[in-house]
Amino acid sequence: MSETFKFDEISEAAVAKAIANYPVGKQASAVMPLLDIVQRQIGRLTGSAWVPVAGMDEVARRLGMPPVRVYEVATFYLMFNTKPVGRWHLQVCTTTPCWLRGSDEIVAACKKVSGISAFGESSEDGLFTLSEVECLGACVNAPMLQINDDYYEDLNAERCEALLAGLKSGGDLPPAGSTTGRHNSEPETGRTTLLEVEG
Amino acid sequence: MLKDEDRIYKNLYGQHDWRLAGARARGDWEGTAEILAKGRDAVVEEVKSCGMRGRGGAGFPTGLKWSFMPKTSDGRPSYLVVNADESEPGTCKDRDIIRHEPHKLIEGCLVAGFCMGAHTGYIYIRGEYYNEYLHLMAAIEEAYSAGLLGQNAAGTGWDFDLRVHRGAGAYICGEESALLESLEGKKGMPRMKPPFPAAMGVYGCPTTVNNVETIAGIPTILRRGASWFANLGRPKNSGTKIFCISGHVNHPCNVEEELGVPMKDLIEKHAGGVRGGWDNLQAVIPGGASMPILPKSVCDTILMDFDSLKDARSGLGSGAVIVMDKSADVIKAIWRLAKFFKHESCGQCTPCREGTGWMMRMMAKMVDGSAEISDIDLMETITRQVEGHTICAFGDAAAWPIQGLLRHFRPLVEQRIMDRKNGAMPLAAE
Repeated sequence: MSETFKFDEISEAAVAKAIANYPVGKQASAVMPLLDIVQRQIGRLTGSAWVPVAGMDEVARRLGMPPVRVYEVATFYLMFNTKPVGRWHLQVCTTTPCWLRGSDEIVAACKKVSGISAFGESSEDGLFTLSEVECLGACVNAPMLQINDDYYEDLNAERCEALLAGLKSGGDLPPAGSTTGRHNSEPETGRTTLLEVEG
Repeated sequence: MLKDEDRIYKNLYGQHDWRLAGARARGDWEGTAEILAKGRDAVVEEVKSCGMRGRGGAGFPTGLKWSFMPKTSDGRPSYLVVNADESEPGTCKDRDIIRHEPHKLIEGCLVAGFCMGAHTGYIYIRGEYYNEYLHLMAAIEEAYSAGLLGQNAAGTGWDFDLRVHRGAGAYICGEESALLESLEGKKGMPRMKPPFPAAMGVYGCPTTVNNVETIAGIPTILRRGASWFANLGRPKNSGTKIFCISGHVNHPCNVEEELGVPMKDLIEKHAGGVRGGWDNLQAVIPGGASMPILPKSVCDTILMDFDSLKDARSGLGSGAVIVMDKSADVIKAIWRLAKFFKHESCGQCTPCREGTGWMMRMMAKMVDGSAEISDIDLMETITRQVEGHTICAFGDAAAWPIQGLLRHFRPLVEQRIMDRKNGAMPLAAE
């Protein structure tokens, strides 16, 4: 998989849509979506969502760009994994709003369940990779953890450990969002506004 | 306090249907064609007179920004670009608009596109907002099916296509020219200005970049009248704003309030108050990570609007209110922001690339007290050498939080250093 790369049928449909999203002649704009398509395809086929150099080369060929321009983009943006990751990519936000609400505890819980000792590493069973990330924009539901595409919010150590234990024992991701049953970004105790509005 | 009937985002919390049927029931897409029938100049005048200032952080008057777009094309198309790359630490308001009120944003894009002569709009959404992206795409699809986008969009006679571009994890892409570079498929490195985007933006064409909250509010304002919005808030600080209240409050939340609301009311009435009561408050960062921290004495009376906070040597920024009670290590909180800026510097300008790393390392010494007292003045000097010496405002954003800390908490920083020297350091150096 990492020596050669070819878009599969599912990806080809997404590639065509991505290129059509931009004006004719401006297909270089599709470099980010195409790298994402590569990463998702490899994730789908191998359980590890990352972008090997062969994938970058295929994107370059498809878009008529020098490969180095694609390498630049792939290495500039954090969401492109340039080395293999675990099936569940644990991305803990530790920026100030999450830190104030106890993100240290979430990091510790992730390490405890996965057995990972440092950011950027993967667990021995290949199930988890742990990353420290900057503000993910869910600050009123801090602390939070992104696993693959989903946000898990209003965490504490206990709920975080339970979430990861479920994945470790072969379970799938539960529905995204608050882990306390809180409704989105409302105050935990209920709305203080929009009390009279219908519809 | 703002009345519910005067709130724009009636589905802020997603308590109702976010799809087209629900949006229509809340009044979205009502009479869009009649609004645009007044003509481009008249609508831009209304947007000017309502007093809307950009909700992304800079607070630039929206109508004025729109008026910079060329009236006639020289052959190049014009573009609307919506900045949905919400990444300012503390900020999570655009997320709620995108996932719960996507049709307000889509209708706003049509209105804005019409006002700037653009037949195409791009929404640049941060890559991590994947589930929000799915809502947005579904809403756009609904809009096309209902004839609200595409040819003769919403019966306005204006052809308008709306597309979405996902980012991939780079704070700097919230800077408008870096965003345009990224949209063109490059690294997100800010451009020199001039030329400004209205003259040469995406693909070398006239472009205006607006924040999600700015654009999504416009249709409601035009339906209710510019004077309705202008009469809310305070002079030159008109209208409503979504505030994100995070940190050491009892009930963190997003809430739409009037600009000029006292910070204390905002925190006490909506976020359940400061943990341990108002007297347990130590400091607040009032407008996202870039805005200087304020001590309790200022927070007691400060009003939440652009000019009040500017007068207090901070800023409204994106409306992200990060609260710290007395248990917080404010030095460490600012070190963590310094680490954020170091991580997110694009590396293009030397003062920022080198300065953010230096400031982060020096902040670490202030956290554990291993700095020298003379380092405090040195730190202040270095922040002044980064501020204003870079292509974009990122250098300023990295310098301001530290300047705010030194302005208001210098005795605390000195105490930490002296405690360490005296062997009375209560905290173990990490």
